Amino acid sequence: MKKITIVGTGLAGYTVARELRKLDTSTQLTLVTADDGAFYSKPMLSNAFAQGKTPQSLINFHANQMANQLNATVLTNTVVAEIDSDRRNLRCDDKRIEYDQLVLALGARPVRLPVKGSAADAVLSVNSLLDYGQFRASIASVKRVLLVGGGLIGCEFANDLVRGGYAVTLVHLGQTLLDGLVPAAIGRGLQAHLVAAGVEIITGTTVTTINRSGSGAFAASLAIGREVETDCTLSAIGLAPVTNLATGAGLQVKRGVVTNNFLETSHPGIYAVGDCAEVDGTWQPYVMPIMNQARALAKTLHGEKTSVIYPIMPVVVKTPAYPVVVVVPSTTHGTWQSEDQADGAKALFWDAKNQLRGFALGGRCAAEKAALAKQIIV
Amino acid sequence: MKKWQCIVCGLIYDEELGLPEEGIAAGTPWSDVPDDWVCPDCGVGKEDFELIEM
Repeated sequence: MKKITIVGTGLAGYTVARELRKLDTSTQLTLVTADDGAFYSKPMLSNAFAQGKTPQSLINFHANQMANQLNATVLTNTVVAEIDSDRRNLRCDDKRIEYDQLVLALGARPVRLPVKGSAADAVLSVNSLLDYGQFRASIASVKRVLLVGGGLIGCEFANDLVRGGYAVTLVHLGQTLLDGLVPAAIGRGLQAHLVAAGVEIITGTTVTTINRSGSGAFAASLAIGREVETDCTLSAIGLAPVTNLATGAGLQVKRGVVTNNFLETSHPGIYAVGDCAEVDGTWQPYVMPIMNQARALAKTLHGEKTSVIYPIMPVVVKTPAYPVVVVVPSTTHGTWQSEDQADGAKALFWDAKNQLRGFALGGRCAAEKAALAKQIIV
Repeated sequence: MKKWQCIVCGLIYDEELGLPEEGIAAGTPWSDVPDDWVCPDCGVGKEDFELIEM
């Protein structure tokens, strides 16, 4: 009987499995994960306080429940050391797991903040429920949190933590928040509202050194010459696709594991999906692209080769103080037209033919998302 | 009127309000939302929404 093996039980891995099972209830399905295989929502980690959730309550299903629902084997706490693509098996600890079709859903890992100092090793990052549990435990009895990185995750955590009663300082390298994603008008609006919500925001700099300062606290030095006293430092300066298994097996890897529109890697029988994959030249570490990829891949695995075709996929930044929605233009040939409005900001991206190719909305303007999305030319 | 919440991104479908901008009229019960409808914020299907207990 055909065997399908999926490495990774994050949203991508589990969604491929679930979508496959809607089409095929008999093919042998095995999922392998280095962690405990809990099914949880990654977006919820940066909104847990707003949602009233604890790390434990963020688990939707445990691995054994997923195994039952999927009629699959879920091998937890199992590290895959190597893919043997000739023999079609995975070398793991003491055993080999066979496959006819292999799906790599390895995710991404946080980029490490290059800091010096006696407490450099105490800087935390969160990209899993396990990380999040450790972070919440670290801040359980303290007050001050220093966040490094004002991108999507950093801004969401800043809003959520201040909602949770913490004294938050957010340090961001760029001049405006979310500058990798939205024009400055929206970044300025977000900053103003996060500050109004109680977040201290310092832009145009980064943390260079962190030292322990006695009584369990830390002293963080910024490049601009300031010092910030804090009880915990959380770094959110970006993600890098996990690709080691693919590289080791000789698959084509650039920023991520390279695939075509069918999620096929450079090696027959091996597919990649989610945050680890660079699909037809683009890396989109968000939920909506993953859902579209997983649905197409499930059909392909079932025998109906299907390319992923993306709808317009707005990226939502869940900062309740000032919600942000952005459709990133598919081209750089064009200009942003921004306008500040009462309690909001709106930016539209027009190409040379005066077609709307993208938008970024903040605050009250975020409600225009659906209407504007209809006007976008891909 | 009931509320359903997306377990992945937290979006709330309020039956009383519907989602007119997404083509679902106010007052539309959850059971009448098409089966192939996906969360407008994150793309997951109806099966990943849970009823919010009041």
